[in-house]
Amino acid sequence: MKRVTYDIVIVGSGAGGGTVAQELSPLCRQGLRIAVLEKGPKFRDEEFTGRELEMAGALYEDGGGFLTADGTMTLAFGCAYGGSTVVYTGTSMLPPERVINRWNVPGLTHADLDCRARKFMAENNAHLVEDGLINENNKLFVEGCRKLNYNIQQFPVNIKGCRGSSLCNLGCPNQAKQGTDRVQLPRAEKNGVEVVTRCQALTVGEKTLAVRVAAKPAGAKGDPSPWEPGDYQVDAKIVVLCAGAVNTPALLLRSGMARSLPRLGYGFTSHPAFIIAGEHSRPITNFVGHPKSYYVDQFAESGFFVLETCMYFPFITAKSLGGFGAPHSAFMRAFPRLQMILVLACDEADGYNRVGIDKADRPVVHYRFQPKAVLGLMGGAFTAAEILFAAGAVRVHMPTARDTTIEARDAARLPEIAGAAEFQPGKVPVSAAHPQGGCGMGSGPSDSATDSYGRVHGLPWLFVADASLFPNSLEINPYVTIMALADRIAQRIREEVPALL
Amino acid sequence: MPLDPDPAIFRAVVSTIVPEAAALDGQGWHDVLQVVEALLRECPESLKRQLRMFLRAIQWLPVVRYGRPFTRLHPAARTRVLAHLQNDRIQKVRVGFWGLRTIVLAGYYGRPQAAQNIGYAASPQGWEAVR
Repeated sequence: MKRVTYDIVIVGSGAGGGTVAQELSPLCRQGLRIAVLEKGPKFRDEEFTGRELEMAGALYEDGGGFLTADGTMTLAFGCAYGGSTVVYTGTSMLPPERVINRWNVPGLTHADLDCRARKFMAENNAHLVEDGLINENNKLFVEGCRKLNYNIQQFPVNIKGCRGSSLCNLGCPNQAKQGTDRVQLPRAEKNGVEVVTRCQALTVGEKTLAVRVAAKPAGAKGDPSPWEPGDYQVDAKIVVLCAGAVNTPALLLRSGMARSLPRLGYGFTSHPAFIIAGEHSRPITNFVGHPKSYYVDQFAESGFFVLETCMYFPFITAKSLGGFGAPHSAFMRAFPRLQMILVLACDEADGYNRVGIDKADRPVVHYRFQPKAVLGLMGGAFTAAEILFAAGAVRVHMPTARDTTIEARDAARLPEIAGAAEFQPGKVPVSAAHPQGGCGMGSGPSDSATDSYGRVHGLPWLFVADASLFPNSLEINPYVTIMALADRIAQRIREEVPALL
Repeated sequence: MPLDPDPAIFRAVVSTIVPEAAALDGQGWHDVLQVVEALLRECPESLKRQLRMFLRAIQWLPVVRYGRPFTRLHPAARTRVLAHLQNDRIQKVRVGFWGLRTIVLAGYYGRPQAAQNIGYAASPQGWEAVR
């Protein structure tokens, strides 16, 4: 086994790892050696083709098909230089005050996070897309919501030079999205941080990591790792784990830390989601333009759901529609006339949902749909269907309804149809793209895995800086909050470098 | 054949889940199978085994109710068989069907030809491509 030594090692290069790398990179000028270890590869610009299965297979963990333990929900998260920031839509939301206050983490204030979040909103060019670039899929959402007097809000998105390919979730083919792969990591590398791709952290021990560098498979996309394939021991005086809410808790569990951290892995939430599609009588612009421009969050507290505009690709759309056969095919054939709304349920940390590891030490997410999340999905499905009909849809696909196709003539019966609908896990296609928790912040090992600076309880040299820190659901798109937390953790590390090295 | 030694079973299931598949020519089926094979290559052997067992169950369970296997059923009866699995009270059965359905949909809609057939034409050029 080869052995290498750094002062600081960061595991993961997404919203958390990319931010920590950038914020610590000035230390390289003082002679410190810093490395980012990223499990996924780095892709060249021309490799982002927008072809669905090809890009999903290249950019996502398990090709986007990572399933919860009982197989009832798919979790989508990135595995590449830039992590999930390569595959998100770039929706940039400030941390909500009510949520941060409810988290009640000692030493963590909303004002501090908000200030840091605004810094990254500016750094990533988050702004409201000009009206002329917004497609009809989004405009019809606004129209429907206005008719129903719902409070629509526009997402700031972190794009620069967007051409409206609509392919954000397959990695922007025009490099318009300002993820960590475009902003923070290149700056960190310029300052001297080394990024080692195709490098998976297997375990973390006392100031050391066991890692495995994979060879580039024949015919695969992405650059080879800068390191020779093989197993390495990487020694570091400070280790920052930013592998995401599935892989960071799993790494600590593999490393035998459950005994000293009984809450490790617990508190997992994910915003379980499904789509409601409406068919219009004429083609609308839907697979062109930024896919996600608006949302409605007025029901987050009362109905436990948030609605967002969305537009997916043929296979993901087919998978996300319920049922099969003629009714399913009819909606697929109507693709150019489809309007889509994403229903996200606000789930909560509980005593069951958690990240674990299986016999082969792979991450496993144990997840049960809570009654509140089911209410959110069902209520959200009803409201989304209302909006689609109000926008002029001639029929709506509701995956929870007994007959998944609802014609406009039956729109008045929507409460009755929605009332008779049922949520059967394994039947209704549910997926989630916001995995959170598992290394929650708190005051001590009895209630959490980390403190408010992401430091793992009892291990002054080991930090976490990703969505696994969330002690409960954030209830919004999380990347800006992750960056704000990572910035706060990086600042603390900079302050403590003299003592820790 | 990626999942079953008898290609007729898989084809019958695909054509029930996506009725348009019944009109696929030899090249079309070849493309579907190529996508499915590529997906399964990445899957653990245990999952492939479960899917194979599930397919065989689909083929032979209808004998109990209809007196003939799935491949010899009328399309409407095939739909009823799969609907029964989709709505089964046992979650593991529903999940099994969902997994098979996902692979079938990937095989069919993962092909560029299928995207073209449904009118999906997203382009990296975005607005320039449609204006």
